[in-house]
Amino acid sequence: MSVKSVMIVGVGGQGSLLASRLLGNLLTEEGYDVKVSEVHGMSQRGGSVVTYVRFGEKVYSPIVTEGECDYIISFEKLEAARYAGCLRRGGKIIVNTQEIDPMPVITGAAEYPTDVLEDLKAQGFCIDDFDALTPAEEAGSAKAVNLVLMGRFAACLNISKEKWAAAMERTIPPKYLEMNRKAFEAGYSGT
Amino acid sequence: MKRLLIGNEAVAWGLYHGGLGLISSYPGTPSTEITEFLSRHDDIHTEWAPNEKVACETAFGASLAGMRSACAMKHVGLNVAADPLFTLSYTGVTGGMVICVADDPAMHSSQNEQDSRHYAIAAKVPMLEPSDSREAYAFARSAFELSEKYDTPVLLRMCTRIAHSQCVVEMGEREETPLKPYVKQPQKYIMMPAYARARHPMVEKRTEALRALAEDCPYNTLEDRGSEIGIITSGCAYLYVKEVFGDSVSILKIGMPNPLPEKMIRDFAGKVRRLYVIEELDPVMENHVRSLGIPCRGKELFSPIGEFSQKTIREAFLREGVDVGELPHAQGTAPQVPARPPMMCAGCPHRGMFYTLARHHITVLGDIGCYTLGAVAPLNALDSTLCMGASISGIHGFNAARGKETEGKTVAVIGDSTFMHSGMTGLVNVAYNATNSTVIILDNSITGMTGHQQNPTTGYNIKGDPAAKVDLEALCHALGINRVRVVDPYDLKQCEEAVTEELAVEEPSVIISRRPCVLLKYVRPKRPLTVESEKCRSCRRCMNLGCPAISMKNGRARIDSTLCVGCGVCEQLCAFGAIGGEEA
Repeated sequence: MSVKSVMIVGVGGQGSLLASRLLGNLLTEEGYDVKVSEVHGMSQRGGSVVTYVRFGEKVYSPIVTEGECDYIISFEKLEAARYAGCLRRGGKIIVNTQEIDPMPVITGAAEYPTDVLEDLKAQGFCIDDFDALTPAEEAGSAKAVNLVLMGRFAACLNISKEKWAAAMERTIPPKYLEMNRKAFEAGYSGT
Repeated sequence: MKRLLIGNEAVAWGLYHGGLGLISSYPGTPSTEITEFLSRHDDIHTEWAPNEKVACETAFGASLAGMRSACAMKHVGLNVAADPLFTLSYTGVTGGMVICVADDPAMHSSQNEQDSRHYAIAAKVPMLEPSDSREAYAFARSAFELSEKYDTPVLLRMCTRIAHSQCVVEMGEREETPLKPYVKQPQKYIMMPAYARARHPMVEKRTEALRALAEDCPYNTLEDRGSEIGIITSGCAYLYVKEVFGDSVSILKIGMPNPLPEKMIRDFAGKVRRLYVIEELDPVMENHVRSLGIPCRGKELFSPIGEFSQKTIREAFLREGVDVGELPHAQGTAPQVPARPPMMCAGCPHRGMFYTLARHHITVLGDIGCYTLGAVAPLNALDSTLCMGASISGIHGFNAARGKETEGKTVAVIGDSTFMHSGMTGLVNVAYNATNSTVIILDNSITGMTGHQQNPTTGYNIKGDPAAKVDLEALCHALGINRVRVVDPYDLKQCEEAVTEELAVEEPSVIISRRPCVLLKYVRPKRPLTVESEKCRSCRRCMNLGCPAISMKNGRARIDSTLCVGCGVCEQLCAFGAIGGEEA
């Protein structure tokens, strides 16, 4: 198969590292060659963060550039728009409709572009937008948004739920496993 | 054992399996995780040193004692450790010694984009450069043998994309290496002129031997794929080249950027019609190729600024008229959206102090850490950030230059860990050479920006076990500062009083602004505050804090309960009593 590329984007601190590690472990177990590129340091302080996951028979580059991405999984609405140019023709964006104001909006220097997803849809983008925050909070924490989104994304891959469950067990500390399972289930069954 | 590892974890396993006995490091993105992963092993000595020079010299001491040792740092950390590095090149090692250095092209989390390969050349020590986690493991593991065989410290160069990218690594077992016996060797280890003069020829001879090794070693590899295009590349640039060309061009992949192989390059260049050198940052390999009198294309196509990607490579070869296949078809273009720069967290203890400083409209010399974010709107509180410790040394020079005009209107701000790293000597200079300077130590009881590492002021070591704790107040007194006071940055009145009074006095002073980082696990958040909408007069005073939890919605302030930790700073600011802890 050709190499598939996934981008996990959001706001620093939302838990994209765990999501990319879960996906990476799952795909490795499936026998794919996998590259995951993470973000650490300065940009984790509430900045825009992007993590790349690429898999296939042989993967060289750990990063994804314009027009190369098969799936963008966005933890926040504005961030989906920011990276939309990376989506290849026929790709798909899965996005949590939560709005988190960036500093220029907080200070009043800019406005939050609330209609941004509609604009992208009008351009022909395939967008699955839904509220991942409420089911995350119902599962136990706003931090579980990452697993709700992973559950939603699971439908895009031809990998069984049991294998996802096994990957979760390997990736997530036991203390948080139950909450994350619930969040994943909420995302999975909602699709 | 096969596992998906980030480059830094792969380095950690490589060092561990290679027989590492001690690692001493100072945290710095993107190098930090190397030492963090190693600290999970109880059969080796791991530690956070106060700075990279101490770390490197500690590793030297262990090597002298016959142990395989390492230190890890970011690129600018090597500037700090450069002093021991250059003479370690002369002494060589007893136990193998590896210095891991991580560059940060594109400056994801750094103040410059310096290229560490220049250090390897200048200090005349070998450098290895992996291009993914698999090589990071293999290179780190083999570096000890290289170090011992050639009697030299070995530099292992990482960069952000390799340090923080994962791929599957197959690992072996740990090689137990007993301590080598300690033998006193004055001619080798006492670098006074007479002995050092005798060592320098050894260094030059060693470089010759390493050059010979470079011609035939597992680090430099040749992919012979025809004679049309030949590419010399290294590190992550190699991955981008492979992404674009696969197996369709000839590649000389350099895994040992110093010393470079001469014959291998000549032979390679002789076999291909068009030669390209593709490397991130400076034209180190390219200059070498040109110095051999071999024409090539390099920096005229590939910028010395920032990171590359497959797109960089593809676009450059398109300009060269080379068929690189079809360009990716994007679904559409991304709309213009507001930027989302990093910022201080909700409840960050630095905010109250920065708000106070911003109100005073004074000059603030800053330093390296989370609090560099005090530079951005709306606080706009900083005037300079140079390197670790430069806030204090800098304010001394600033006030020495302008005297009464700036004394009393200027402060330096520095974090607890940065103060331990390089702030103390600057403070000695303030006291000793007497400028009326005010220094604020932002003590959040952790090394914050790099992801919460312990330091000598926290009372815990790298494993989280209790450790000797530096008493900052006593230390500042001992360094010659008479006026030292402590404030709680959540208390704006205290901050205001301290800043006003210390700026007014006619002697150097230190304010310790003390409150643990809100992200620390033991810091329990308080109930989120709320805004009583009817009381809010839309004055936007609370917005001047730049707190991510506060925004204006429909003309009224609103606090996001998922972000607010109840620090209460905004509550103190509101003149109309609209912000409170009870249900509004």
